[in-house]
Amino acid sequence: MALNPRNRGPRRTLAALIVIVFGCYGLLAAVSTWGDAQRTPKLGLDLEGGTQLILQPKVVGNQRINQGQIVKAVDIIRARVNGSGVTEAEVSTQGGNDIVISLPGTPDAATVNSLEKSSQLRIRPVLQAGSAAPTPFPTSTGTPTGQPTATPTATGKATARSTAKASTAPAKSGYPPALAAATTPAPTVTAPATAPAKATPGATANPTTAPAGTLKNPSDLAWITPAVEAAYTALDCAKPKDIEAIVDDAVKPMVTCSDDGLTKYILGPAEVFGSDITNATFGQVTGTNGVNTGKWQVLLSLNSTGGKGFCDQTSRIISLPAPRNRSAIVLDNKVITDPVPQAALCANNASITGNFTAASSKVLADQLKFGALPLSFTRLTSDQISPTLGGDQLTRGLIAGAIGLLLVVAYSLFQYRALGLVTVSSLIIAGSLTYAAVTLFGWSTGFRLTMAGVTGLIVSIGIVADSFILYFERVRDEVRDGRALGAAVETGWNRARRTILISDAVNFLAAVVLYALAASNVRGFAFTLMLTTIIDIIVVFMFTHPLLSILATTKFFGEGHKWSGLDPKRLGARKVTYAGRGRVTIAARRAATEGNQS
Amino acid sequence: MSSFAEFGNDLYTGKRSIDFVGRQKTWYAVSAVLLVLATIGLFGRGLNIGLEFRGGSEFRISSVTNFDNFEARAKTAVGTVNPGSNIVVTKTSNAVRVQTETFQSTLLTAKVNSALAREFKVSVNSISANTIGPSWGASVSRQAITALIWFLILVSLVLAAYFRTWKMSLAALIALAHDLVITIGIYALAGFEITPASVVGFLTILGYSLYDTVVVFDKVRENTREAEGNGRLSYSQAANQAVNQTLVRSINTSVVALLPVASILGIGFFLLGPGTLLDLSLALFVGIAVGTYSSIFIATPVLADLREREPAMQQLKKRAERYQASQARQESPALSGAQTATEAGQDGTDIQDRDPVSARTSTSVSGRTLHPYVQTGPRNQPKRPPKSKR
Repeated sequence: MALNPRNRGPRRTLAALIVIVFGCYGLLAAVSTWGDAQRTPKLGLDLEGGTQLILQPKVVGNQRINQGQIVKAVDIIRARVNGSGVTEAEVSTQGGNDIVISLPGTPDAATVNSLEKSSQLRIRPVLQAGSAAPTPFPTSTGTPTGQPTATPTATGKATARSTAKASTAPAKSGYPPALAAATTPAPTVTAPATAPAKATPGATANPTTAPAGTLKNPSDLAWITPAVEAAYTALDCAKPKDIEAIVDDAVKPMVTCSDDGLTKYILGPAEVFGSDITNATFGQVTGTNGVNTGKWQVLLSLNSTGGKGFCDQTSRIISLPAPRNRSAIVLDNKVITDPVPQAALCANNASITGNFTAASSKVLADQLKFGALPLSFTRLTSDQISPTLGGDQLTRGLIAGAIGLLLVVAYSLFQYRALGLVTVSSLIIAGSLTYAAVTLFGWSTGFRLTMAGVTGLIVSIGIVADSFILYFERVRDEVRDGRALGAAVETGWNRARRTILISDAVNFLAAVVLYALAASNVRGFAFTLMLTTIIDIIVVFMFTHPLLSILATTKFFGEGHKWSGLDPKRLGARKVTYAGRGRVTIAARRAATEGNQS
Repeated sequence: MSSFAEFGNDLYTGKRSIDFVGRQKTWYAVSAVLLVLATIGLFGRGLNIGLEFRGGSEFRISSVTNFDNFEARAKTAVGTVNPGSNIVVTKTSNAVRVQTETFQSTLLTAKVNSALAREFKVSVNSISANTIGPSWGASVSRQAITALIWFLILVSLVLAAYFRTWKMSLAALIALAHDLVITIGIYALAGFEITPASVVGFLTILGYSLYDTVVVFDKVRENTREAEGNGRLSYSQAANQAVNQTLVRSINTSVVALLPVASILGIGFFLLGPGTLLDLSLALFVGIAVGTYSSIFIATPVLADLREREPAMQQLKKRAERYQASQARQESPALSGAQTATEAGQDGTDIQDRDPVSARTSTSVSGRTLHPYVQTGPRNQPKRPPKSKR
C-alpha cells in the first residue's frame, strides 16, 4: 500500500509512541539485566510481606521519655521511610515507647540503619585536629597559645543546662532555648565516659565546662579548657565505646572523631543546626571546569538563621591558620567532612562532600530534610513478616481483572464494532505502558503496588477507556451531523480533546496535591493516579487519535462500512446542510421529518 | 445493538429526550432517601474503624511449629472469644502475630491468650500481649484531610476558571459529597471495616466522580453557550440536551469501568469470601455507579437550578419560550398531525434544535421535494414591528 501523504503527521506520532514504549521496555530490560531492578512490579507490604523492625528509644541516665517525643519520632521516621519514594511502609508504636516499622520487601542494611539514626547535624568550627589515637601529651599545635585568659571557674556541679544558659551569649548562636532542651538528650555530666580511665586526673570534672570570661567567637581557642584538652587526649577513635559516649552539646566545644576514624577534633560551639535546614538535595559534584567529578554531594538550603551562622563562620575562619580554617560538619557526633572554605559563603546554602555514593548521599539528604529525631534508638528485633493478605487474593484479583478486561473488550466490540478494536489496542498500549512505568518506578523510587493500588489500576481502565469512548461519541456526533468521516474525526477530536484535557487536568491536580501534602497510603494512591492520568493522555494523543486519523483514510472506515462502527446510515446521517454559525446539520432535520411522517 | 445506536441517534437529535433536568425533584427525592439511609448507617451503626487508625492489641505467639492455615486458625480462635472483631494475622519466621482491637477487660485478653495457645498448641507463656499504636495515626489523617481540603479548593478554582462560573464548581462538589456520603454509608450499613485500603478506595471514587461530572459539564457548557447565542433553548433545556447527548457515553463509560470491578466483586463474593478485595470492590462498584448517577441526575439539575435564578438566564428562558412558541405556531398549520407541535406545547423541553424550514417540505406533482420557499412565493421582507410590540 502506498503511504498516504495525509497520514504523515499521524504516522510520525505513532512512531514516536512506539519509540516511547520500546524505550520503556528497553530501559526495563537494561536495568533488570545489568542493574538491580526486577522485571515485575514491586509489591507492597500487604501483598509481599516484608521486614519488621522494633526500635527502642535509648535512655541516657535518668532521662524521661515523653509521649510527644515518641509521636514526633514516629512522624519523622515515617517521613524518612516514605522519603522521596512511595513504599507505603507502616510506622506505629508498640507498648508505649517502642516504635514498630514495617517495611515491604527486604530493605538493605543502609536503609535500616538510616531509620534509627538521630541525624543531628551541626556545623562547627575546628579548633584542633590530630591523628586519631589517644595522644599521650598535648600537641604543640595551638593548644597553649590560646589558653583562656580567665581560668575556668565553673567546676563540678555546673551542669550542662546551666552552662547552656550561661554560654549562649558568647556562643552568639541565634538558637532558641527550647531547642537546646530538645536537642540535648543527655545534659548530665558525662565526663567519666568521655575521658576513660587512663585519662588525666581532670576526668572527673566536666570536660565541657565552659570557660568563664569573654570568648570572642566559636573559633576562639579559649574554648579549649584543660578539661576539653584532657578529653581530647584521652579519646581513642578506634574504640566504639569512646565514640558512643561523645555528647554533642551545641553551645559547648566538642571533642570527637571523623567519620572514618582517622582524625580527631576539638570543635567550637555549633553555629548551624539541623533545624536550620529548609531542604536537602543530593547530586553530583561538578568540577571547576564544569566536568562531572563522579563524586556525590548533599546540598543544603538554610533558613536565614542558619545562613547567617554559616556566613559568620566561613567569613571568620578563612583568615585563620590551619586547622582552624576548617569548618566541620558533624552528623550524629561524628565529623563527616571538614572542608576549608575558600571564601565567605553567605548564600544561605551549603554543600557537603564526603565519601558519598549516590545511595548514601540520597539517604543523608532524606534524613536531613525530614529533621533530626528527638531521641536515639536501638533496634530490638528485626523480623521477616508474611503478607497480611494471602497470596491467593492477588492472583484471584488479577484473574478477576483479566475477566473484567475480556468483558470490556467484548462490550466495546459490541458497541463500536471495528472501532472497538481501536479501544482494545489503545487499552493494550496503556496497559503495557503502565506495567513498564510501575516496574520502572519500583526500581527508581521504590514504588510498590498494594492491593488498593491494584484495584485503583483496574478502575483506571474505566477512566482510560472513557477518553476513547468520549472521542468516538464525539466523532459519531459529527457523522450524525453529516460530516464526512475524515472531517468528522478532526472536528470530533477538537471537541473531545478539550473535554479529555480538562477532566484529566482535574485528576492530575488531585494526584499532585495529594502526593505533595499527604503521607503513607494516600501518597501511593496519588502516585498511581498521576501515572494513569499521564498514560491516558499519552495514549489518547499519541495512539488513539493518530490511529483513527489514519483509519479514516482507509476505505473500510472512510466510507463507513457497516461493521466499522461509523456507518453514517446507522448513525442517522444523510447529507450535509449548512446550518449557519459554522455548523452543518442534517440529523435534526431528519428527526423532525421522521417525526412528521410517523 | 442496532437499537442502542438508534437510541444514541435519537438522543443526539432530540427525537427522544429524557427529561433529566425538568424532573429534578424526583431525582432529589431518590437521592435524599439514599442520603438518609447513609446517614442512618453512619450515625446509627457507626463506622467500623480498623485498628490501623485506632491501635489495638497484639498477641505474639512464639515457638509455633505448625504454620498450616495459621491465618484462619488464629481468626477462629479469637472469634470464639470475641466474635466480630477485626483481626490482622501475619507470620514471622517463628511466630504468629495477631493484631486485634483493644480489649476492654484483662479477662478477655487472658481468654484470647488461652484460646490462641490451645489453637497453636503452645504454652500460654509463649504468647506475649502488647498494645500497639495506630500505623495511620492522627497526624497522617490530619495530613490527608489537609491535602483533601486543599485539593477541593484548587479544583473549585480550576473548574470555576475553566467553566467561567463558580456554580459549576459548587454543583460538582455537591455531587462529590453526595457520592462520598452514600459510599461511606454503605460501609457503615454493611459493617465493613475502614482500613487504609478503603480510604484509597474512597479517594478513587472521589476522582472518578469528579471526572465524570467534568465530562458531562463540558458538554453542558458547550450546549448552553450555543443556546445563549441563538436563544432557542433555555438554560435548563440546553443542559438537559447535553445530558441526553452524553448519555450514551456515560452508559458506555460506566459499563466499561464497572465490568472489571464487577468481576472482582463476583470472584471476591464466590471464591474469596469476606476480605479486603470484596470490601474494596463493593465500595468501588457502588461508588462508580453512584458517581455516574450523580453526574447525570444530581450535578446537572443542581447546576440548572442554580443558573436559572440568574436574571440573564431568566431572560434566555423568555427568549427561548418566545422562539419555541413561534416555531409551534408556524408549524401547526402546515402539519397534518401536528404531533411535534402539541408535544412542544405540552413540554417545552422536547423542542430541540429544529430547522423551521424542514418541517414544511412537501412534494410537487412530479414527486420532487419542494422547498417551502418555492411553495409560498417570494420571501417576505422583515417588517419593523410597531413600537408597542418591541
